[in-house]
Amino acid sequence: MSAAVRAHPTPAVRISGLRYRWPGSAQDCLAIDALQLGAGERVFLRGPSGSGKTTLLSLVGGVILPQAGTVEVGGQALGALSAGARDRFRADHVGFVFQLFNLLPWLSARDNILLACRFAPQRRARIAAAGSTPAAEAARLAARLDLGVELLERPAMQLSVGQQQRVAAARALIGRPGLVVADEPTSALDADRQQAFIDLLLDECAAVGAALLFVSHDQRLAAHFDRVLDLGALVRAGLAAEDAR
Amino acid sequence: MSPVFMLSLRSIANRRLSAALTVVAVALAVALLLGVERLRNDARAGFAQTISATDLVVGARSGPVQLLLYSVFHIGDATANLSWASIEHVAALPQVKWLVPLALGDSHRGHRVVGTTTDFFAQYRHGEGRSLVFAAGGPFAGATARVEDLFQTVIGAEVAARHGYRLGERIVLSHGGGAGEGGARFAEHADKPFTVVGILAPSATPLDRAVLVSLEGLEAIHVDWHGGAPIPGLKITPEQVRKFDLRPKSVTAALVGLHSRSAVFRVQRQINAYAGEPLTAILPGATLQQLWDLVGIAERALLAVSALVVVVGLTGMVAVVLASLGERRRELAILRALGASPREVFALLALESLLLATAGIALGLGLLYGAGAALAPWLAAQHGLQPSLGWPAAGEWRLLGAVLAASLVASLLPALRAYRQSLADGMTVRT
Repeated sequence: MSAAVRAHPTPAVRISGLRYRWPGSAQDCLAIDALQLGAGERVFLRGPSGSGKTTLLSLVGGVILPQAGTVEVGGQALGALSAGARDRFRADHVGFVFQLFNLLPWLSARDNILLACRFAPQRRARIAAAGSTPAAEAARLAARLDLGVELLERPAMQLSVGQQQRVAAARALIGRPGLVVADEPTSALDADRQQAFIDLLLDECAAVGAALLFVSHDQRLAAHFDRVLDLGALVRAGLAAEDAR
Repeated sequence: MSPVFMLSLRSIANRRLSAALTVVAVALAVALLLGVERLRNDARAGFAQTISATDLVVGARSGPVQLLLYSVFHIGDATANLSWASIEHVAALPQVKWLVPLALGDSHRGHRVVGTTTDFFAQYRHGEGRSLVFAAGGPFAGATARVEDLFQTVIGAEVAARHGYRLGERIVLSHGGGAGEGGARFAEHADKPFTVVGILAPSATPLDRAVLVSLEGLEAIHVDWHGGAPIPGLKITPEQVRKFDLRPKSVTAALVGLHSRSAVFRVQRQINAYAGEPLTAILPGATLQQLWDLVGIAERALLAVSALVVVVGLTGMVAVVLASLGERRRELAILRALGASPREVFALLALESLLLATAGIALGLGLLYGAGAALAPWLAAQHGLQPSLGWPAAGEWRLLGAVLAASLVASLLPALRAYRQSLADGMTVRT
């Protein structure tokens, strides 16, 4: 943990004064005055559907920009980057695990993991700096996530949902990004496998030194996180502050 | 390898059936387009080379195209003949190197009978200066033939093939006719059959369908005829015809070769201005070009149709790629989450279409050359056509370039749509 903190001394995510409304919408759908994730910190963000979860993830990913406020990832203000640079930055520094459909069905599990490196020169550079190769790193992560070698060769569409989610986790983690964002990654899993997956994710994020932003509506999963936040409450507070102004 | 290129290939491999069908459709369209273009050029070249090395064609006064049609292509009939005196006059011009008279009017089972001299076999050229070649036998006996050799004939390749004629076969000529098998045919010269002594190899000229005899032989079968019908009561046996003057009184046309091509316009003027008889002399090359301009509309229409087939092929390709976009929305969202920019999504889709189109073009070229090579011996043997199997000609490169440009434009369509889609969707597909 300490090594990870040294690798990412700046906060993994810092949001301040954020206001976002979808084009054509009359009012803000997301208003967060302040939200911070420390380097390597693992935060559970409770967000029921309709709370602006997807919007928040798109903002953190730099796919969209807020009308007001700043979003910083690893100390980099995303608004200061061009659209192309934000895409590159996302590739290099943020790993995503979604609820479902994480993988390109016609690529093998291995190629799906390696895909994260293809658009991300810095991930490749970090792997090279650690004296490894993307292929070796993919195999190492897969082994840690309990994915057998023969599974790696299979097309993603032949894998079970649980295997697919672990491949997605390996892909998010390869090349040590500073931040992993997981959006309901366990909702398609059986109840008894949910906690196992979360434990794996927590362990591996710690191992690579990545901060984890885990978004879910299911409060029961929040047990092992450093901190638990409520997106609904955050947004309500933000909107209230807006009205007060 | 760039990630976009790798993903394009893998994505195509994943949809290999629809991709293969798309490629085949484009390939067939491209092969058709280039095949038509090639045949068009070959046909034009073959047509322009129906007669070569002949400087002038001389006939009775008529339009140039008409003269060319009946004298060289054996289509239609001459309105008038020219007298033997005119032939001797033209042959005696100092610039004239050789002259081959042609007498038309009879037929054999729908094939034109051409009366001429043995010089014809020596002087007639087609293609790029190719002489007539005998598949079997040789020329008929000349003007001084003994009576038993008078009735000899040389037949074209198609005549021989169609009726199964071999050397030694005796055939009967009919008076008039020649407008095909069902054309007007009058009496037959059954009393004086001709013996096949030579069969020409295919030349892709009207001679493939012609029956060649000597002028004297032609004269001989008409000695007991007058005004297009046998003279009643008069019967002259083949043995007796030698007693008659068999020198032709008139012929239909004459092929003329000059000592020097540069004199061609002067000689043409002299012949056209000949006082003894109204004559027309034409330059076959120029008139062939004129004629091609008339019939060329059909080949241009054919080219336009095959260009449309290419458009249909490319439209099919766009439809296939566009249809796949719906189910690939999630894939594109994943790529966006992994850091692919909308521009890279655009490139991915454009590249996929372009790869399919290029594969189609390459396969089409392969089909064209494969078919050309496979059919070449048959075309040469059956039709005397030499399909060109060299590198694509300038016109074909232009067509290939046009197809490539069209596929580039076509590939932009799904790419643009994917670009818009991925801008709107971002990392997650809202359904």
